[in-house]
Amino acid sequence: MKKWTRRAFIGTGILASGALVIGVAIRPGNRSSKVAGLIAEEGETVMNIWLKISPDNTVTAIIPHAEMGQGVHTTLAMMLADEMDADWSKVKFMEAPADKEYANYVVAKGFIAGNKTFPKFLEGTIDGVFLTAVKTMNFQITGGSASVRFTGQQGMRIAGAAAKAMLLQAAADTWKVPVEELKAEKSIISHPASNQSATFAELAQAAAKVKAPKQPRLKTPEEFTLMGTSQPRLDIPAKVTGAAKFGMDVILPNMKYATIKAAPVFGAKVKTVDTSIPSDSEGVLKVLNLENAVAVVAEGYWQAKSALDRLNMEFESTENDGKSQDDIFKGYQMAMDKALEEESIEEHFRSGDALIALSEAETIVEAEYQLPFLAHATMEPMNCTAWVHDGKCEIWCGSQNPLGAKAAMAEFLDISPEQVTVHNQLLGGGFGRRSETDVIKQAVAIAKEVDYPVKLIWSREEDTQHDVYREATISRMKAGLDQSGNPVAYSHQFLFKHHPPEAADIPYTVPNQLIQFTSPSSFVPWGNWRSVDHSVHGFLTESFIDELAFAAKKDPLAFRKSLTQDKPRFQKVLDLIQEKSDWDSPLPANWGRGIAIAQSFGSIVAEVAEVEVNVEGKVKVHRVVCVADAGFAIHPDGFKAQMESGIIYGLAAAMSGEITIENGAVAQSNFHDYQVTRMSDAPRIETYIINSGNPPGGAGEPSTPVIAPAVTNAIFNATGVRIRQLPISKTDLRVSIQQTT
Amino acid sequence: MINLTINGKEYPVEAPAGMPLLWVIREQCELTGTKFGCGIAQCGACTVHVDGQPIRSCITPASSVEGKNITTIEGIAPDENTLHIVQQAWIEEQTPQCGYCQSGQIMSAVALLNENPTPSDEEIEQAMSGNICRCGMYGRIKSAIKRASAALQASTSNPQLQ
Ligand code: FES
Ligand code: FES
Repeated sequence: MKKWTRRAFIGTGILASGALVIGVAIRPGNRSSKVAGLIAEEGETVMNIWLKISPDNTVTAIIPHAEMGQGVHTTLAMMLADEMDADWSKVKFMEAPADKEYANYVVAKGFIAGNKTFPKFLEGTIDGVFLTAVKTMNFQITGGSASVRFTGQQGMRIAGAAAKAMLLQAAADTWKVPVEELKAEKSIISHPASNQSATFAELAQAAAKVKAPKQPRLKTPEEFTLMGTSQPRLDIPAKVTGAAKFGMDVILPNMKYATIKAAPVFGAKVKTVDTSIPSDSEGVLKVLNLENAVAVVAEGYWQAKSALDRLNMEFESTENDGKSQDDIFKGYQMAMDKALEEESIEEHFRSGDALIALSEAETIVEAEYQLPFLAHATMEPMNCTAWVHDGKCEIWCGSQNPLGAKAAMAEFLDISPEQVTVHNQLLGGGFGRRSETDVIKQAVAIAKEVDYPVKLIWSREEDTQHDVYREATISRMKAGLDQSGNPVAYSHQFLFKHHPPEAADIPYTVPNQLIQFTSPSSFVPWGNWRSVDHSVHGFLTESFIDELAFAAKKDPLAFRKSLTQDKPRFQKVLDLIQEKSDWDSPLPANWGRGIAIAQSFGSIVAEVAEVEVNVEGKVKVHRVVCVADAGFAIHPDGFKAQMESGIIYGLAAAMSGEITIENGAVAQSNFHDYQVTRMSDAPRIETYIINSGNPPGGAGEPSTPVIAPAVTNAIFNATGVRIRQLPISKTDLRVSIQQTT
Repeated sequence: MINLTINGKEYPVEAPAGMPLLWVIREQCELTGTKFGCGIAQCGACTVHVDGQPIRSCITPASSVEGKNITTIEGIAPDENTLHIVQQAWIEEQTPQCGYCQSGQIMSAVALLNENPTPSDEEIEQAMSGNICRCGMYGRIKSAIKRASAALQASTSNPQLQ
């Protein structure tokens, strides 16, 4: 194990501008050194700056996360400002640049390599802040619904509390009064007894010299003034005027435009392309053969795209050229059979003896499920602007992983990370797609062939056909019920295990369980898709439990309640959704209600969908009621917005989302054949939040996994047809309706 | 060389034949509020007004709108310090998430309310279903349109507010 000889501590300093900064500094070598004065002295590197107090008494929160609509800039700034008792109207934020001023990539990497875990006892301490900084900036990225849970709880709040403690101490020292008699409120420290007061800014100089508390006291929820309130989001005004700048909107002096066509079959190489400038094209500057793709650089995107469309190019053939979606699913079945036969199947979870319990069960329920590949289809197509000059590389893009991009591009160009600068922009949707660095690498590969900045823009077709996809998969499930309909055995064999590792766990009490998986090879690139493995297992678990409820002749909601009696948070969520969804009230003919519940990323979310299936077999989701145990919702309206968003995103996938492979390539290309939810198909969504007193749960993902099963369970309730293959559009529901009407 | 009138300003631009208005607006006029989403009139991100009518600028040749009044998201506010009623409603409902689709949504909403100041739910759905929001903010977009509609009613029935 790499020996860690560096020490982390909180550092303060006064910038030339007179602003006080509080951050985490590390000093190589000397374990006992103290920081005085500026953070970045000789031999020291600023790890991360969390906040800055300016002479005009504004507090700036420096946020190491990308904004992609989840409101993270506002929410994290609130967490810091609340602990600090800063005046919210004077709080600003900035996104921490992925830059050596804020992050020492090499050191962070060494630290991570030496110590991957976050020791529990360090949570809530200044050392914890340091660990959070490293974790956040080097490998945590913006994803996993983690910003509030980790950076907010273990970074922002502690930095804010530490800053306040230092300001209080500075005031106590200056006025020679006991610190306990002081009050901090709205960016002012006062001593009521002697009628003295001073702004944070006035005390900043003195506070910089105070030693940071090792473990600053955090507020209890009763003391919160900002956390738990829905402050207007700071990023919204610019998003209604067109002023907000996304990666797509970057304009640089002398910048040119590029677009690209990658080999349609994943992994194929360019065989032939004529890289001379086509004579019939206007404004074309360069045609580039990038081995697995062809790029055209031109005066504008449209000129580049028109030329690219007319270029003759051929790609090498690969062993996957003839593959179809059917072949892929057949391959999965064979892989599963083989893993079982050869006993190479891996164990995910085992309790009791499921095989024996199955053989003794009164009723056996068995089902096989199939899910399709899914593309992310972020609203803003992939793009990246790059400029390679003077041994340096500058990148402008909206990335969920700016530090990863920096590291990857340093490696790609064989230069030091210090020579790579990432100017992170707003993200027009991320959903996991923008944690990849493939597009950035293409932009840099193009930029290094020219001496001007280039903005690479993907067409929507490229975006659809060269995504990294949520996997297509199959799954085999089997359960046994006893005479009174209680599940006694549960066996599940699934494919592929990514993360989070617990996704295939079930929340239900079943004494004998055997959950196994195998991971066949796939030539279709995989990527994190909103809620990752939960997007698969939410559907599997919650469809199958519904099948069990039906076999047991029990109400699906009551059945779930009876099997989660050891989980008080589940019980509460189920009780509330029963009430709010009018679960027990009758519905018109051909209408149905379905429920699903799952815990993911620290939140427990249940949804009830109300659907109507008409005589043409068309499904209309009228209403979705969502109940979420958020632990504690720091920004309730933001949390609600995320629930709504995750539901619509998951609904699009459930209804019609399907990427299929034909001749080794993606068959869909744009929104006409990869259809997404539009306003006319969007249900009314009602969200209720439970603050259970648990730590804040994630918001960006946990509403996605349960919407598909809530809808298919509702379709079953309406028609008696069990949908075991997504998307729903694959199933012809006309017949079922004719039978029931 | 063609002359475009965008937000009341003249833009002489060099646009090759067939070049869509979208790219002229974004790259040559540097008005980046209008977005590219699909390029085939499927998503509405590129919506602008031509003589008050909403059009998809990604499939409209720039040369076809010479001499017409083009309005983009940057041009709908009455002046620099005042937002359009629809923009204001968007803020009050905290509508945008990532925000990328919102210029197009707002342009479609403004066009709808100009035509029909008190749209029903169905009319809103019909007018807005050409605009995709991958962040799924349809409920908030609908509420914001209703809020804007109410505000419009209030301002027209109260001349002092006008
Ligand atoms: S970009 Fe024009 S409609 Fe999508
Ligand atoms: S707000 Fe992100 S696509 Fe609509």
